[in-house]
This record gives sequence, C-alpha cells and structure tokens, in this order.
Amino acid sequence: MKLIQGNEACALGAMQAGCRFFAGYPITPATEIMEWMARLLPPEHGVFIQMEDEIAALAAVIGASWGGAKAMTATSGPGFSLMQEHVGYAAMTETPCVIVDSQRGGPSTGLPTLPAQGDVMQARWGSHGDRAAIVLTASTVRDVYEVTVAAFNLSETYRLPVVLLLDATLSHMRENVELPALPVVNRCPPSGADFQPFAGPGFQAFGDGPPIVVTGLAHAASGRPRASDGPNLDRMLRRSIARIEEADDVRRYRGTALEDAEHLILAYGITARSAAGAVELLRREGVRAGLLELQTLWPFPERLVRDLAEQVEDVVVAELNLGQLVLPVRAAVGGAAPVRHLGRADGTLFSPEEIAAAVHTAGDREVARA
Amino acid sequence: MPRVGEDLRQYLQAEAMPHVWCPGCGHGQVARGLATALDRLALPLEQLVLVGGIGCSGRTPFYFNANAMHTTHGRALAFATGLKLTRPGLTVITTMGDGDTAAIGGNHFIHACRRNIDITAIVFNNGIYGMTGGQQAPTTPRGARSVTTPLGSIEPAFDIVQLALAAGATYVARSTTFDFDELPTLIVDAVRHPGFAVVEVLTQCPTYYGRLNELGDAVAMLDYERDLTLPQHAITKEGLAGRRPLGVFRREVAPEYTAQYAELCARQAKAS
Repeated sequence: MKLIQGNEACALGAMQAGCRFFAGYPITPATEIMEWMARLLPPEHGVFIQMEDEIAALAAVIGASWGGAKAMTATSGPGFSLMQEHVGYAAMTETPCVIVDSQRGGPSTGLPTLPAQGDVMQARWGSHGDRAAIVLTASTVRDVYEVTVAAFNLSETYRLPVVLLLDATLSHMRENVELPALPVVNRCPPSGADFQPFAGPGFQAFGDGPPIVVTGLAHAASGRPRASDGPNLDRMLRRSIARIEEADDVRRYRGTALEDAEHLILAYGITARSAAGAVELLRREGVRAGLLELQTLWPFPERLVRDLAEQVEDVVVAELNLGQLVLPVRAAVGGAAPVRHLGRADGTLFSPEEIAAAVHTAGDREVARA
Repeated sequence: MPRVGEDLRQYLQAEAMPHVWCPGCGHGQVARGLATALDRLALPLEQLVLVGGIGCSGRTPFYFNANAMHTTHGRALAFATGLKLTRPGLTVITTMGDGDTAAIGGNHFIHACRRNIDITAIVFNNGIYGMTGGQQAPTTPRGARSVTTPLGSIEPAFDIVQLALAAGATYVARSTTFDFDELPTLIVDAVRHPGFAVVEVLTQCPTYYGRLNELGDAVAMLDYERDLTLPQHAITKEGLAGRRPLGVFRREVAPEYTAQYAELCARQAKAS
C-alpha cells in the first residue's frame, strides 16, 4: 500500500503502460503529473521535455509517437483548449498518444484550483471536423492508475489520441492504494510486403523501414495526400468511428446496486463518489437507488443507458457543469424515463445529500423539465 | 555549382508530381538546392525525415523520397523536436515558410533556436502568404503591397537571421534563389552542424508578391533578389546601403540538446 496523490498515480500508470515520452507545459492542477514524469523517465531512458506552450507539447508528443515511443502530455482546461489543433492532427494521422486533462472551473482562466467537469464536450468535439474519440475518466486514485494504463492500451490498439479527464480534486487527493502490474498493449508492428501505414493497426515509425508519409491532409492508405477527395475522407472517418463504436473493450463503467434499482443516478469522475454516498443514504431510507458510474464518456454507452432507463422510474444525472453529459443521456433515454439534471459550475463538489434530494424530486415532471 | 548532368531524380518522389508550386515560383529552386545537398551528404533516405509546416513551402517533404511529415501551420519545429529527441539518430530537416516561422510559429522558432537541438530549419522567405492568395506576412517589407495591405504595409518586417541570432541558434545563414549554386553548400553545412541550424532562403513569388508590387516575372524577380542583397565578402566600407547581407552569420559549437539529455540519463542510471 502506498499513500499517493491522483496526479502521481497517473504518472505511475503511464510508466507502467510503457510511456517513454512526456512533453508538457506547467498548469494547475495538472503540474504534478509533469513533475513526476521529469523524475521517472530519465532512469528508464525515456524522454521528458518542457515545451514552450501546450500546442508545442502535443506536437512534440505526436512527433515522438512517430518516432515509435508511447507518449503523453498532461494539462488543464486552458491548455487543453490550445491543444485542440493537434488533437485533430493526431486523429487524422492515426497517432497513438494520451492527453490528460485535469479539469478546473472555466471558461478561460476561471477557477484554477477548483474542480469542474466542464471539458466533457470539448474532449469529444473540441477539434474541428468529425473524428473517432475515446474519452475516459476516473473517480479514485486507484482508478486513475488503472484508467491511465487503459488509456495507453486503447490508444495503441485503435491508433487514436485518448483523452483522460481528471479534475482538481482527484488530481490532488491522496489515497492509500495498491499498484499492481497490469496487462499492457504494445503497438502493432507493420506486416506484409505491401504494408500501407494507414490501412489498419500496423504502425511503422520513422526510420524503421522504407520512407513513409504522414500528413494532416486527407490521405490515402499509403499516406499520400488526397486533399480534394471528399468521399475518401468520408469513408476513412466512418470506418474509424465505426471501429470504436463496435468495439467491446472501449466502454468502461461500474454499476452499484443496479439489480433492483427504481431510481438511476448516472455520474462519472469525482461526482461518482458523492453519488455512491447518495445511493447509501437512499438505500438506508428504503429508496431503491442505483448508480451507473461511467469511466468511458465517449464513445457514449447509449444501449447501456437506454436499457437501464427502461428498468427504472427516473434518472438523475449529476455532473460539475451546467449540462453536458446529460445531453447524450437524454438522447439515449428518449421517453423511457424522466431525466433530471443536477449541475453546478461553482467549483464545489456535490454532497451525497444534495444528490439524494435530487433523486427524491426526480420523478416530479415540473422539476424534470427545469 | 551543381554538376552538369547531375541526376537528382533519385531524391524526388515522382508519385507526388505535379507539385503545387506556380510557374516561376522559387520553391522549386530551393527544393533543387535541398536535393543537391542530399546528394552531397549521401544520407540514407530512410533515416531522413523532412518535416513541413503549412503553406507552399510546407509541401516540400511530399516531393522527396525521404520520410515526410506534413504538420500544422507554424509548428513543424515542435513536432520535429519530439521526433528528434525520441530518435536522435535520424536526420531531421524542417521546411517552413516565413509565416510559419515568424508569425504563427514564432514561439516555436525562438525556442528551437534557444534549445540548440540538432535540427536544420530551412526557411523559405518570399515575403508574402502564397497559398492563401497574397496576404501580408511578418516579413513583408514596410511599404510593400499585399492583398491585405493594398495601400502598402505600415509594419516593419522581421529579419529572420537577426531573430535566429538573437534567440541563440548556433548556425545561421542566408541565401537566395538567385544564388542557387551556394544554397546546397549552406544546406550541407547546416545539416552537418551539430546543433540547431537555420538557413533562410529568399525566394520569389511572382504570382502574388511580384504581381502586386510590379516586380515583373520570375527572372526579373531574381534580379530584384540580387539587387536586394549583398554577399558578406562584398560588403565595403560604405556598408550594406540598405541591402540584406548573405552567407553564414554564425557557426558555433555549443552543448546540443539530445546529447545533453543522453548524458543526463546516463548519469542518473549510474547513480541509481
């Protein structure tokens, strides 16, 4: 057992997953991830570099990934906003990499030291154009470690930038944890005489074979630009999105007391801990409440949410923003049950009592519409 | 001088032709300078990565038989830094425009100069944004016309050589497409230099800069380049008289980033 901080667990998870390159720029509340990587990487002959800004940090990560290294950066909202240009570049170039965003109150400089969950939509849609997106989150220090490893594994499997959303509280919170060795997925090597760098999972780094071409322009499987071929890009995007939509190892979640639940609470990240407390309170009162904690926010688990909504009387979505993940929840639930949103953007966590109170009034149609 | 009958086709990627450059564009001459330099350097092409920015110059990597990484506007050096640190054995050359270098990527440029990482930056400076149709660049001279300065620019221009020198680049040179026989020598020099090397090349854009400023066709613009510049050895006691000096401005050996990083790792591994 070890008493460690969320940010340290993230750095240790990254090292466990085989991360050997980190580029970053200091920002509260993510900085300790960078500080840990600066200490952990050199003895492993991994590379650490502090770049001139977050745009450059993600660019360096992508460059390193094409050099063959598992690579990561970590930031918070303002830096994540700057990185969006290269989130799109990583998606277009099918570059495995991990981007950690420890969320703080926004917009802009906002509430630098206070927690928020306001980057949920930015993590999915922040970069221009369509793309496949995997966005994970965690609620405990132990989960941060495990989900960081999962972020690398998914990123290597699907050749995508994977975003891990933490928050100011989880980043700085300390818990006693065990950190076991976890299964690690390594990059699929190139294969076949007619290997094409953008035709599947096979990845060839620069210098490891014949010259290759990488571009943010729409391109053919060979990597050569096809900048005026719209149908080619449309096909490529659909294939990439379908791949993760259909995958069975992408959607991570945890259910608590769902078997006989009449009231569903849906929460994620740090808010899931308050929600777990709310379930306990409600169960003590004889109210059959259950919790669905999502660890994968995108791709959104529509079928799971729809199926659960059909079994309950009402749904409460609790999140530290003014209404983000509730949108796909409402779309998935349809008319199956009323959905009540409990949101705040004041840099304060929900108490279990507040969430329990929302469950008490969730069935009220007046409130549900509010 | 390029050798008579010298065959540079092995360095070029036939599949990527025709290129995007306009008739008379100087970028082809810079590409020829690079191909000639590669011939002299005799590097294995699979160990060479050309990293381009966005714009006319950013397309250059596509036309070579080496690895090509076509990145984002202004940020080629940030990508190149991550790559070079991961694979110090690779030769990394960036091709960037003047907007890439001194406007949107100004921050990346000065920090790459400061770090002294072993990358060669070839800066194609035509004083204008070509690909987007002739807008003002940070290198557009005061008074010059562009489509966004139809009455003439009222901004002073960046001098990329001075910027690189001030930011700490350890090899800094300038040439022009008029001086096409000197350019390969400077590129060879820059690639062999163990640190961050900047080669600025003044190149003509007859389509926009030339037309908007009534400088004539590509050949007339080469004469304009000749008259705008002065090789350092030709500078007399009258000084530059408003002309831009050419040649090598700094060649200095200083601690290189990837070498220092490797030492640091070795030291830490030994200690633990």
